[in-house]
Amino acid sequence: MHNSTFYLKGSWLLLLLFISSINLYAQQTVTVTGTVRSAADGLGLPGVSVRLKGTAKATVTGPEGKFSISVPSRQGVLEFTSIGFLKQEVIASSSILNVTLQEDNASLSEVVVVGYGTTRKQDLTGSVAVVSSKDFQKGNITTPEQMLAGKVAGVSITSNSGQPGSGSTIRIRGGSSLNASNDPLIVIDGVPLENGGVSGASNPLSFINPNDIESFTVLKDASASAIYGARAANGVIIITTKKGLGGELKLGFNSVNSLSKIIKKVDVLSADQIRSIVNANGTQKQKDMLGAFNTNWQDLIYQDGLATDNNLNISGGIKNLPYRLSVGYQNQRGILRTDELQKTSLAFVLNPTFFDNHLKVDLNLKGSTLKTRFANTAAIGGAVSFDPTQAVYTNRTDYNGYWEWLDPSTPSGLVNLVGRNPVGLLEQRQDRSNPYRSIGNLQLDYKFHFLPDLHANLNAGYDVATGKGTVFVDQNAAETINRAGINTQYKQTRMNTVLDFYLNYVKEFKSIKSRVDATAGYSYNDYLTKVYNFADFDANGNKIANSDPTFPFNKPQNRLISYFGRLNYNYDERYLLTATLRRDGSSRFAPKYKYALFPSIALAWTLKNEDFLKNSKDLSALKLRASYGITGQQDGIDNYGYLSTYNLSTPNASYQFGNAFYQMYRPSAYISNIKWEQTATTNIGVDAGFLDNRITGSLDWYYKKTSDLLNRVPQPAGTNFSATAVVNVGNMNNKGLELTLGFVPVRTTDLNWDFSFNATYNKNTITNLTVVPNDPNYKGFPAGSIAGGVSGQYALINAVGGSKNTFYLFEQAYDQSGKPIEGLYIDQNGDGQVNENDFHKGKPADPKVFLGFSNNMSYKQWSLSFTLRANLGNYVYNNIRSQTGNLAQITGSAILANASPNYLVTNFKTQQVLSDYYIENASFLKMDNINLGYRFGKIFQSKASLQLSATVQNVFTITKYSGLDPEVPFGVDNNLYPRPRVMSLGVNVNF
Amino acid sequence: MLIFNFSKNQMMNTLHKKYGRVNFLRMVSLACLAITVLGACKKLDLVPTNDLTADKVYANPAGYKQALAKVYGAFALTGNATTGQQDIPVEIIKDEGNSDFLRLYWNLQELTTDEAAWSWQSDAGIQGLHELSWSSINSIINGLYYRSFFQITLCNDFIRQSSDDNIAKRGISGTDADDIRKYRAESRFLRAYQYWVLMDIYGNPPMVTEAIEVGGKDFPKQIQRKDLFTYIESELKAIENDLAAPKTNEYGRADRAAAWALLSRMYLNAEVYTGSPKYTEAIAYCNKITQAGYTLHNNYRELTIADNNLNTDEFILTINYDGTSTQNYGGTTYLMHGPAHVPAEVSGSNGDWGGLRFTENFVNLFADKTGNTDSRAQFYRTSQNLEMTELYVSTDGYSSTKFRNKTRSGGPAPHQDAAKDFSDIDFPLFRLGETYLIYAEAVLRGGSGGSLSTALDYINKLRTRAYNGSTTGNISSTALTTDFILDERGRELYYEAFRRTDLIRYNKFTTNAYLWAWKGGVRAGTSVAAKFNLFPLPPTDLSANPNLTQNTGY
Repeated sequence: MHNSTFYLKGSWLLLLLFISSINLYAQQTVTVTGTVRSAADGLGLPGVSVRLKGTAKATVTGPEGKFSISVPSRQGVLEFTSIGFLKQEVIASSSILNVTLQEDNASLSEVVVVGYGTTRKQDLTGSVAVVSSKDFQKGNITTPEQMLAGKVAGVSITSNSGQPGSGSTIRIRGGSSLNASNDPLIVIDGVPLENGGVSGASNPLSFINPNDIESFTVLKDASASAIYGARAANGVIIITTKKGLGGELKLGFNSVNSLSKIIKKVDVLSADQIRSIVNANGTQKQKDMLGAFNTNWQDLIYQDGLATDNNLNISGGIKNLPYRLSVGYQNQRGILRTDELQKTSLAFVLNPTFFDNHLKVDLNLKGSTLKTRFANTAAIGGAVSFDPTQAVYTNRTDYNGYWEWLDPSTPSGLVNLVGRNPVGLLEQRQDRSNPYRSIGNLQLDYKFHFLPDLHANLNAGYDVATGKGTVFVDQNAAETINRAGINTQYKQTRMNTVLDFYLNYVKEFKSIKSRVDATAGYSYNDYLTKVYNFADFDANGNKIANSDPTFPFNKPQNRLISYFGRLNYNYDERYLLTATLRRDGSSRFAPKYKYALFPSIALAWTLKNEDFLKNSKDLSALKLRASYGITGQQDGIDNYGYLSTYNLSTPNASYQFGNAFYQMYRPSAYISNIKWEQTATTNIGVDAGFLDNRITGSLDWYYKKTSDLLNRVPQPAGTNFSATAVVNVGNMNNKGLELTLGFVPVRTTDLNWDFSFNATYNKNTITNLTVVPNDPNYKGFPAGSIAGGVSGQYALINAVGGSKNTFYLFEQAYDQSGKPIEGLYIDQNGDGQVNENDFHKGKPADPKVFLGFSNNMSYKQWSLSFTLRANLGNYVYNNIRSQTGNLAQITGSAILANASPNYLVTNFKTQQVLSDYYIENASFLKMDNINLGYRFGKIFQSKASLQLSATVQNVFTITKYSGLDPEVPFGVDNNLYPRPRVMSLGVNVNF
Repeated sequence: MLIFNFSKNQMMNTLHKKYGRVNFLRMVSLACLAITVLGACKKLDLVPTNDLTADKVYANPAGYKQALAKVYGAFALTGNATTGQQDIPVEIIKDEGNSDFLRLYWNLQELTTDEAAWSWQSDAGIQGLHELSWSSINSIINGLYYRSFFQITLCNDFIRQSSDDNIAKRGISGTDADDIRKYRAESRFLRAYQYWVLMDIYGNPPMVTEAIEVGGKDFPKQIQRKDLFTYIESELKAIENDLAAPKTNEYGRADRAAAWALLSRMYLNAEVYTGSPKYTEAIAYCNKITQAGYTLHNNYRELTIADNNLNTDEFILTINYDGTSTQNYGGTTYLMHGPAHVPAEVSGSNGDWGGLRFTENFVNLFADKTGNTDSRAQFYRTSQNLEMTELYVSTDGYSSTKFRNKTRSGGPAPHQDAAKDFSDIDFPLFRLGETYLIYAEAVLRGGSGGSLSTALDYINKLRTRAYNGSTTGNISSTALTTDFILDERGRELYYEAFRRTDLIRYNKFTTNAYLWAWKGGVRAGTSVAAKFNLFPLPPTDLSANPNLTQNTGY
């Protein structure tokens, strides 16, 4: 895709489309009117598509099921279609037609996108969740995965921060790895995405325009995901984008404009409080350092964010060539000043069929470009701790006029190793990037002429990206004054390719009441990145001596070659079997260990179709499912970890012999027998529906056991070229329950109400971590590094017998009034001293239970929906309090700094970062969004429909947690970019 | 895209005409097959773009030399770049600037003594060092262990790659092969040096030689301190003749005198390591050095400055640093920036890190603290209190101006980086001054093969230099006692990473025979348990290697 397409101005496109749509209106016609009703309750059905068969002429029923369509002189057949109802065809023989539609109870025709093909919903044996566009989270969504948050049991999505376009941490069933990746595999229209990001973009998924997404399919258990074998251990999310529908040209435009406001700032002491604390506790020199100002640094770094998101899409068919084209433009200003994100995206789809539907072609091309300025997030922590008694600016010209801590004895005139003016940090750094990405595929599905039951499917896809950007810091900026500023650049390109080929055979054998759906195929995935290296320059363009890179570029690459097969067998619509087998080969392992087999099997019993339940009125669906399978993991480890190689040092890390300097060859650590991490998953589930599926539910129990964990563990000293290496050591399991319930309490012409609820319980246990199993010497390895003054300390441990990310700190001792006693901790082993043997295993950071609740109501033209989400049993270490809630924070260094008001509670003199006093219950209930919509119906003489909506995101949070936000990805809360409240107004016009 | 301009009939007709219906299908099948085969041909054997396999690195003599540069560079640097490519993983040491050999070793040898305290209590591993109350989890203690083993592992690899078989196999012969054999001997020397560090610091480490398989299944065996002494001694003697003759090697590379210097240092401390004294042997190796033509450099204050590479008269082996070509945040960069409140103009840096100070007990070894009489008294006193009233206050205690990034003429370092972050100062690992002090102490402790008069002469040579050529500081034979030697070693060798070893040899490290500010965690100093004469093995290695037993008391 050529870059210039991105720059096409939206207005030109609009004009073009209007011109091309005008000539579609002229014919000799008769008008047919009528009402479409539901067979079940006799009420009018809105939104039913009415189409003159074989033409593009179509309409949609109104609020009471009424329609009106012009047909050529009472000829032809009208097709009535609506999701959830059986299609009906009626000859347009009279000018008034009343039609009743039968509900499609079993939704027999409904198909679900699964890996390498689709399957009928009723044939599903695994744990699969589908979320389609009507259920997505609403509002100002910059990154697609946010639309899924809270919607699927077993899937937790935590946005990493409030920065525009920032990514999310996605965990399906708790994550099955420790040091290898815990991210699920994401497949977009058949193109599996690489785990890592694109440099210059904060999130790999931010390149996808959320408006182009039709549905997400989440494959949770091994039966569903094992077809992706080696990469499926953490589940799979399949994203399907919208396709061309053919027929008449349809044009849609939607625009969402939003305002983001910071909800809460970090509690800090006021300038007056600092003055009184320093005057009471400080030295004379420190008292003299006090300023007379009252500066609220946090007020100065945040702003109201503004965003606009505009999308235009057209779809239709040119003869038998259905197409869809969508253009999006998003412009967002973050709540941290100088944070900006612009995204232009384009998606183009062609999905024609040839040879009497024997050859289906699907061409998907997506491209987008981002223009980003990343604010210097160091200002967030800086604003929390910078002295509030000082001014922002001075009347000197030094340091561009920003107030800074001075020390006349240094060449720069600044105190070394202290925080710089937070406003200066923001304004004097320009960190800009301009990455591109395009993902596309061409899929050919050929139904053999001589054997229509057999399909051959060829899918060729690519994922190319260029990430590039520059960082410029002014030469006089205090931040980098010793090196006269920064002017550097970075660049990388990516060329990932995928080629899949499979044969699919589907045949019903009526005589033996059997249906067979078999697939066998081959898949090739190549991930190639080219990372360019650049010299380092100061702001004036002077090269920093010896900063020339040793190599102009590096090309990390890995490849997977796989064969796979799947058999679905259905006996009498009652007994179902799915078996899959995948053989994966990965370039990341030594020849002997490259290949691995990943099998799965699943059985299901559709009880509803048994004679004794077939005619039950109350019970509309009942199915039992059981599956077992093995999936693998090899992401998140080195590309060449098995190979002994030597790495050449940079010129500024050379060693001198005589008068010459030699760049050094360093051998890299390697583990020649490294192999696949494997996760065996057992899943038992039941799906049920009651009262015409007005109440539906699923309950799943799972047990995931990961063995041969790819784990970074210490190497016996002297045995390898690094003290730690990733080896296959250790076992871990996840056990859990997932419940999904859906209710449709009201379904009438005017009033519709449905809501759904999901709940997940997950328990993670590490069962071994060492070469010598359960070695008592090995306490576990730390996680959750504590930020701030104390380096090299951690709040969490991963230890045998506990959950991953369990808090591991000293148990605080309290006085009678319940106040923590500084430095006094419980001597756990009673040996009379408190040391590292007295760390105490506390609660796990990860939540025990996730809950989601989605509600949709509509009354006539009005609609109201909201999403609630709760995490229960999660704990957070309040690193802001532990770091800054003490006297040393204010007076303990060469300068003065601001502190947490928690100091006034504890009166701690110095940091007590290893105290469990700072662990807080961070269970929460959040309203993610609430959305109010109004459909105006037809406007512009019935040529267009208009909808307006108002959305508030991040509406409220109920929690006991004292920090900014209880939702912290890894259990340690330190200077999170605050997630703002976003208020949006949206308009949606369809022609 | 052109394909969609065909109508389906046109296309079918064309295809049918050309190939017939069956042939068309066959074609599709063939295409599928071709794609499958084509794909399968693309292999799974990928290799890195820039990193090389051993055969490529060691294909020629230049490659050997660049690999040798790493074997040495593991002393000097934190990794393969100024920052960001560290040798010791973050799980062991989070702050890369603390992960080089010299800073780690220096901290354990100096911060634990009267010579130094660091102001930043919250820096990883600092708490407990000066207080002599460390535990087995301490990133500096654990870090040095892994750093020493990193260099040992590099040495082992180099020794394997430079075996006579491998040199011959790679078609290298003649003087090239002779050079590589010298590199191999130097690698054995560096390995012996690191085993000496492990023996001195940890006592009973695991033991690996070039025979071990990298990443293999075998766990290294633990070696007892006195057995390790024997091993190091035999290694150094075995390579003596393979190393270059004294003063004939390139600057920065070990020669025979370096092996002698290490042997003499080891023999001086032999009683600590093995229970049996070896003072006679210490004297014998001091004599080899003094007979090889080394002389004291005439100006003490020129020993630790930017152009100290010129001091080949006195220096036996140095760790080399360079402001533009050998950059890191440890090494002498740390010794230049570290001392508290020393003005940037004095240290030749961009400012101090507010960290290192002396206890008053050490400073009091100098009667005149101005440096006007004994030039070795290089103290920064403005803004500093003599008394270390508080352990973690940067103004309590004089700070050091010994390591200055300036030339002899007082000019800026020749290879100063623009930001003035990095030091050009080379660190003397072995120099003649130490040899003189070893000789004198070994004679006083009863070693034979030397004389008291030579011992006195050596000490007075050092003192004359210290007094800027004046003999007013010279001492008489009655003043020459072992206690005097300990103090003199303090004055002569402070900040050169000797102090802890010296205090242990004098049994003053943990006992109440000598107390200094904040020893044992109290202001006046107190004795601590004898277990602190050794550092603990890292718990991470105890769990990775079931052959290991922790040192007593940890």
